[in-house]
Amino acid sequence: MSFPWAKHYEPKSEFTKFVDSRLPIPRFVYDALGAGYPAPKNLNYFYNFGFLAGVALMVQIITGIVLAMHYAANTAIAFDSVEHIMRDVNSGWMIRYMHAVGASFFFAVVYIHIFRGLYYGSYKPPREVLWMLGLVIFLLMMATAFMGYVLVWGQMSFWGATVITGLFSAIPVVGPAIQTWLLGGFSPDNATLNRFFSLHFLLPFVTLGVIVLHVWALHIPGSNNPTGVDVKGPQDTVPFHPYYTAKDFFGLGVYLTLFAVVVFFAPNMLGEVDNYIPANPLSTPALIVPEWYFWPFYAILRSFTVDFLFIPAKLLGVIGMFASILLLFFLPWLDTSPVRSNNYRPWSRILFWVFVVDVIILGVCGGKHAAEPWIIISQLASVYYFAHFLIILPIVSRIEKTLPLPNSIAEAVLAKYNKASSPGLAGSPGVQPAE
Amino acid sequence: MASETSVAADTLPPSGERRRDFIYVATGAFAAAGAAAVVLPLVNQMNPSADVLALASIDLDLSAIQPGQAVKASWRGKPIFARHLTPAEIDAAKKVDVSTLRDPQTLDQRTKAGNEQWLITLGVCTHLGCVPLGAGEGEARGDFGGYFCPCHGSHYDTAARVRKGPAPKNLEVPEYKFNTPTAVTIG
Repeated sequence: MSFPWAKHYEPKSEFTKFVDSRLPIPRFVYDALGAGYPAPKNLNYFYNFGFLAGVALMVQIITGIVLAMHYAANTAIAFDSVEHIMRDVNSGWMIRYMHAVGASFFFAVVYIHIFRGLYYGSYKPPREVLWMLGLVIFLLMMATAFMGYVLVWGQMSFWGATVITGLFSAIPVVGPAIQTWLLGGFSPDNATLNRFFSLHFLLPFVTLGVIVLHVWALHIPGSNNPTGVDVKGPQDTVPFHPYYTAKDFFGLGVYLTLFAVVVFFAPNMLGEVDNYIPANPLSTPALIVPEWYFWPFYAILRSFTVDFLFIPAKLLGVIGMFASILLLFFLPWLDTSPVRSNNYRPWSRILFWVFVVDVIILGVCGGKHAAEPWIIISQLASVYYFAHFLIILPIVSRIEKTLPLPNSIAEAVLAKYNKASSPGLAGSPGVQPAE
Repeated sequence: MASETSVAADTLPPSGERRRDFIYVATGAFAAAGAAAVVLPLVNQMNPSADVLALASIDLDLSAIQPGQAVKASWRGKPIFARHLTPAEIDAAKKVDVSTLRDPQTLDQRTKAGNEQWLITLGVCTHLGCVPLGAGEGEARGDFGGYFCPCHGSHYDTAARVRKGPAPKNLEVPEYKFNTPTAVTIG
C-alpha cells in the first residue's frame, strides 16, 4: 500500500530472519511506521495531532484500568470510592487527575486534529472512508466520556445522565421506553451506574479497534499534506522514520509538558464544582452543563425553543444536535471543490475561520444559563453552523476561483526555501536543500 | 445409488430450485431463530429488574401543608410535589384560556373533584427530566407563579401547566386517591 520507492525491510541477523519468516512483526512496523513508509516531506506540526490523540487514548486506558481497581460501581459508595481514590490510594489523586484532565486533553487534541482535516481538505477523495472512520471514533469518544463522567456519581453526573438519557425520550412513541431501557429504571440508579461502568470500560477498546481501521485507511493513500497536492515521486517524500518519528516525539514532549502543568497545578480548572456534591435525585443544580467539550453541541440542543409544525421543540433540539455531527459524514460530497487545501482557496479559507469562530461562540453559549442573550446568540450560531455546510460551502466550492497549485510538493517546498533564503543566497540558483 | 442421489440433489431442474436449497434455507432459518432467541434476553436484561418494577405506593399526609406551601416526596425514585393552592392561585389557573395552552388541560382535570386546592404532580420537568424549582420555601416559581425549571428555562403555572420554555407537556399528574380529606395514597 506504499509508494513504489518505499524501502524494503531486509532482516540482517539470523534471529531477525528467523522471526521474519514466522511472525513478521518487525517487517510490519518497518512498513507502517519506519523507513519503509514514505510520507510527504512538508507535513507541519498540525500533523502531530493524530499521534497525540493515540497517546491521549493510551493514557486514558492505562489510568482508567488503574482507577477501576479502586472504584466501586454502586450508588451507595461510588462517590465515596472516588474520594477514597483521591485521599487514601497511593498516588490515587494523580491517577484520577490524569484521567479527568486527560479526557479534556484528548478532546482538545482531537478537535485540532478534526479542524486540521477541515482546513487541508483531508476528507476529500480518496480519503472519505478515513474521514468517516474518524467521525465514528469521535462519536465513540463522546459516548465514553459521557458515561465516564456519570461514574463519579456527583450532582453533575446524576443530572447529566438524566438530561442526556432524557434526549431519547423525545423520540415519538417509543422514546420513553427507550429511556427506561437505557437507564434500567425510571430514573438514573444503581442499574444505570453499573451498565455505564461496564460500557465505559468496553468502549475505549472498541475505539482502539476503529483506530486500527482509521490508520489502515490512512496508509492506503498516505497522508494528505498542507498543499493538498498528491505525492508524485520520491522527491516529494521522506521516510517516516526518523523524520516524523522525531517530529512526533518533539510534539509529544510539548504536549506532556502542558498536560503535567494542568494535572499538577490546575487539575479542576476544566471541571464543574457541582460534581463534588454527591448525587441527589431530589435536587437539581441551578445550572446543568456538560464538560466544555460538549458545549457547542449542547448549545445547538438548547437553541430550539419553539415547536415547528407538529414537531415539538424538544425533538427538534435532539435532531439538531445529532444532525450537527452526522452532517460531517456527508462533508466529502458537500464540498465539491477539486482543490483540497484551503491555502489555495481564498474564499473557503475565510469561511473556515468564520466557522471556527462560530463553533467557539456555540461553545461559549453552551456553557451559560439558558437565558437571553445566550439563547438568541446560540440560535444564530446554530443556523450558521448548518448553513456553512449545507448552503455556503457547496456554493463556494462551485464558484470559487482557486489559486494556482504547485506542480508538486517538492516544488512548493523549494519555492518556499528559495524565497526564504534568496537574500543570502542570491546568485546561487542551484542550491538544493539537503535530502 | 449414491451417485444418483447426488445428481438429483445438485442438478438444476427447470424450476431453478434444487432440493439442497431447502436445506440451506432451513439451516439459515434455524440459526436465525436461535440467534434471535439469544439476542432477546440479552437486550431485555437492560430493562428495569423485578425489584425496580415492584410497584411502590406511598402514603402522604397533607395536613401540615399551609395554603401557598408545597412539599416534596419521593416516589419510584422520582420527586412528587404536593401543593396547597391559595384561592388566588386557583383563580389564576382557572382564568387561563385553555385553548391557548401547549398542553390544554383545565385545573379540574388536574385535581380531584372537591379537592381542587391540592395539586399533586411529579416533580419531573417534561423537557429533559430535571426537578423544577418552586416547591421549596423561597425557590423561584417562574413567570406564572407555579414552577420553574432551571435547566432549560421552562415555566409552569399554578396548575403546573407548561406556559413557556421547551417543555412539551404539563407536569404529569400521578395516579392517587384521597383516603381522608388530608391524606392520599400515590401509586
